[in-house]
Amino acid sequence: MSRPALSTRSGRGQPDAQRDDTLLAIGMLAPAVLFIVLLVGLPFGLAIYYSLHDVTTGGTTPRWVGLGNFASLLGDNTFQTSLRNSFVFTFSTLIAVLVLATIQAELLMREFRGKWLVRFLILLPWTAPVALGLIGWLWMFDSVFSPIDWLLRQVGLLGSPGAPLGALPNLYWLGDKTLAMVSVVLVNVWRLLPLATVIVLAGLNSIPRDVIEQSRIDRAGYLRRLFDITLPMLSPILLIAILFTFVFTFGDMISIFILTRGGPANTTQVLPSMAFFTGILGGNLGRGAAVALFMLPALAGMSALLLRLVRRSEVTT
Amino acid sequence: MTTGARRTPGQALGRVGFYLGVALFTVFAALPFYVMLITAFKRNNELFDPTTNPFWFSQPPTLEHLQLLFGDTLFLRWLLNSFMVGGLVVVITLLLAVPAAYSLARLAGSWGEALGIGIFLTYLVPPTLLFLPFAKVVAALGLQNTLWALVVVYPTFTVPFCTWLLMGFFKGIPRDIEEQAMVDGYNRFNAFRRAVLPLAVPGILTVVVFAFTLSTSEFVYALTFVQSSAQKTVSIGVPTELVRGDVFRWGPLLAGALLASIPVAVLYTLVIDQFVAGLTAVAGE
Amino acid sequence: MATLQVRDLHTHFVGTGSRRAARAVHAVDGVDLDVHDGEFLVLLGASGSGKTTLMRTVAGLEKLTSGEVLIGGQVVNGLPPNARNIAMVFQSYALYPHKSVYKNISFPLEAIRLDRNATKEKVEWAAQLFDIGHLLQRKPRMLSGGERQRVALARALVREPNLFLLDEPLSNLDAKLRHTARHELKKLHHRIGITTIYVTHDQVEAMGLGERVAVMNHGKIEQIGTPSDIYREPANTFVAKFMGSPAMNLVKRGDELLGFHPENFLPVGQFEPHAGAARFSFDVSGVEDLGSDILLYGSLPEAAGEEVIAKLPARLAGSIEVGREHDFFVQPALVKRFDPSSGKRLDAVAS
Repeated sequence: MSRPALSTRSGRGQPDAQRDDTLLAIGMLAPAVLFIVLLVGLPFGLAIYYSLHDVTTGGTTPRWVGLGNFASLLGDNTFQTSLRNSFVFTFSTLIAVLVLATIQAELLMREFRGKWLVRFLILLPWTAPVALGLIGWLWMFDSVFSPIDWLLRQVGLLGSPGAPLGALPNLYWLGDKTLAMVSVVLVNVWRLLPLATVIVLAGLNSIPRDVIEQSRIDRAGYLRRLFDITLPMLSPILLIAILFTFVFTFGDMISIFILTRGGPANTTQVLPSMAFFTGILGGNLGRGAAVALFMLPALAGMSALLLRLVRRSEVTT
Repeated sequence: MTTGARRTPGQALGRVGFYLGVALFTVFAALPFYVMLITAFKRNNELFDPTTNPFWFSQPPTLEHLQLLFGDTLFLRWLLNSFMVGGLVVVITLLLAVPAAYSLARLAGSWGEALGIGIFLTYLVPPTLLFLPFAKVVAALGLQNTLWALVVVYPTFTVPFCTWLLMGFFKGIPRDIEEQAMVDGYNRFNAFRRAVLPLAVPGILTVVVFAFTLSTSEFVYALTFVQSSAQKTVSIGVPTELVRGDVFRWGPLLAGALLASIPVAVLYTLVIDQFVAGLTAVAGE
Repeated sequence: MATLQVRDLHTHFVGTGSRRAARAVHAVDGVDLDVHDGEFLVLLGASGSGKTTLMRTVAGLEKLTSGEVLIGGQVVNGLPPNARNIAMVFQSYALYPHKSVYKNISFPLEAIRLDRNATKEKVEWAAQLFDIGHLLQRKPRMLSGGERQRVALARALVREPNLFLLDEPLSNLDAKLRHTARHELKKLHHRIGITTIYVTHDQVEAMGLGERVAVMNHGKIEQIGTPSDIYREPANTFVAKFMGSPAMNLVKRGDELLGFHPENFLPVGQFEPHAGAARFSFDVSGVEDLGSDILLYGSLPEAAGEEVIAKLPARLAGSIEVGREHDFFVQPALVKRFDPSSGKRLDAVAS
């Protein structure tokens, strides 16, 4: 079968490779897109529907309440606390993570022996399943057995009369209102730091060496280099790191659920955890959905803002 | 690293500072896991004595917690559940994400770029936004309290993420290869199957690992949909089942948490560079 | 083998990028071509001239905007590449990295479901044609650049296609290898005789290989003809300035542009001008010794100091003093006249 004649399709009219390509493109894309639209779009629409109704898991027919759920939430104490906490926790985490990630990334730029092991350990908080890593912190923060408290007692900062942190043998990491919030932020920072670090590290590594060397030849000092060259070239990456840190912290309920259950007395509730307790454990789907939807403006807004900034700040070499 | 004959005090201090910094960060990250490791093998009388050193053993280590974990709890069952769910989710993800990624990378032209980012953004939608209506949907499908609920729902975040990841991989394969295959006599789809796909194997492996680790680590949906002990995945089983009311069985709890964490962490560490490479690409657009 | 006709072909690209205004790039902007059966045609042009897009449109890898492409007399506009029975060699050779050389070459035969024995025969024939029989079990990464190119060629010809398309196949080779490779290609074409389109930016390659050469610029064919025609009788100033190293001199005289090649710009003392020769006073300011020739750089004071170059055989190296004016001339038949505003040739030669 050598030299086959030019093939033409019969019974299909004019052959059109472009049209066939388009059909293939749609065909290959459709399953995934359909899946996402159905299984993300639909529940999303449902969430909005629930938030506008009085509906419980008890199976009673939903009753239209319009913005009633939202209105009643705005006056609710727990909700106000959750809203405030969501922002306070997230921004505190964000700042701490950014600063620490930059330092850690600079450290990891250098080669040293055993780096692979250090890298594995530093990544653990992110690579280990969230809930399981948090179990470790539950123990670290335990009101009786906390290893941190033990260490503090050993060095005399705690547990004896006149000790700077108090005479009681334990700090109530999860039981004291202020400390509980600090603990939550601390754990969030612990968890997000590895991700932010590798992102920043990738950014640092992507700065072309000849640009750095040129700046050295031009006798730019460390700080000048940092602000004039490194940070601007790094800004798209930093913005991505900020985006991820924000989204994962703001929408996270796992740390609250495992560590404090929102306590003590609802002082560490955040929007997602409150949504869970109200909607799933409390059975009030309408109210729970309304709480969850309050997250949307912040998430969408931040994402849009950060992505726009990334586009504007892109540096072409 | 400088290997000069004499180092200035500034340099020596710099080196000390460097190693100190590395040590501090490493300790900060790994300390809870280290403590879990020690406590998993500590005898109960020592464990529950707040005066003993929690960072090392005063008495010889014991295997009793592990024995309890494997013998007296459903830990193995949970591991199996996680594994099965993970496996099925990987298959579904591949079936959906591989063609979609190729389509976006090659066939969709300029709107493929935008669509790709859009798909990726659905990954950023937190489960805490959708879990409430999902609970109803799952109940309506009759899947409540089964692992099938998870198999159906998990791809909603693995598919967006993996599609976007694979897009990057497909883009990295030179267009020449497909075009050559088309000139050599293959239609677009077969050129994809026979010339491009074999070259995308590293990407596919990465996606497999990601889909698996993302499923195994997932907590919120699992907590929402599954209630009976035997149906739980290890991610929710360990934190919820090893607590009797207010009493924590710390030994087996920490042992189980650690045991389930390490393999997932190892797998994830292997592929995290690809993930970050993908992110840097987004930043470069 | 087949003929190739291109009729008023346009391939436009819509401007990309969300921030830039959508601007269509007319990569191929009205091209007519008539390639004979078995001809070796070279598409010559700088990058961005449209030569590669033209070839890719013929191959079916780019969608044409308007016009027609006919292979073997049949319109192939809507056909995908795999239905056009063409072969193509990319600049990168596009060898399948995961396949052995044997499997690379047999890949097109698998597409038409040729049986095992026939495949083996053809692969071995193609391999022997390019002297790569001993490499059949190797993987591409273990081959040198020259070997990879030969594998790509073997793969292209194993199916005996209608049309053979080559996209700058020699540019990835070392300069030394290029000469021999060019010669091998020419021999191959004589032997096999498949209609070939060859894209290059290198005019030496074009002159050496092509039966006809089409010079392209901004998506259009500026001139098509034998290498001799293109070089000696350029149809416009673009072609005149594109060909030759150094290129043709273009000097304004009156309301015309006079064009003459450096090697035809000769000193009166050493050569005999014919009646009607164009004479110039040449103020020589620099000389380059290239070994086989010398180049004289200078200007023409009578023609508003325009800068020109002369190319003389090396044996005359000592005879021209730098920093002085000399009498130079160009034989009348070797002076080409162009219109200064349109660039077109005024004394057009029938082509």
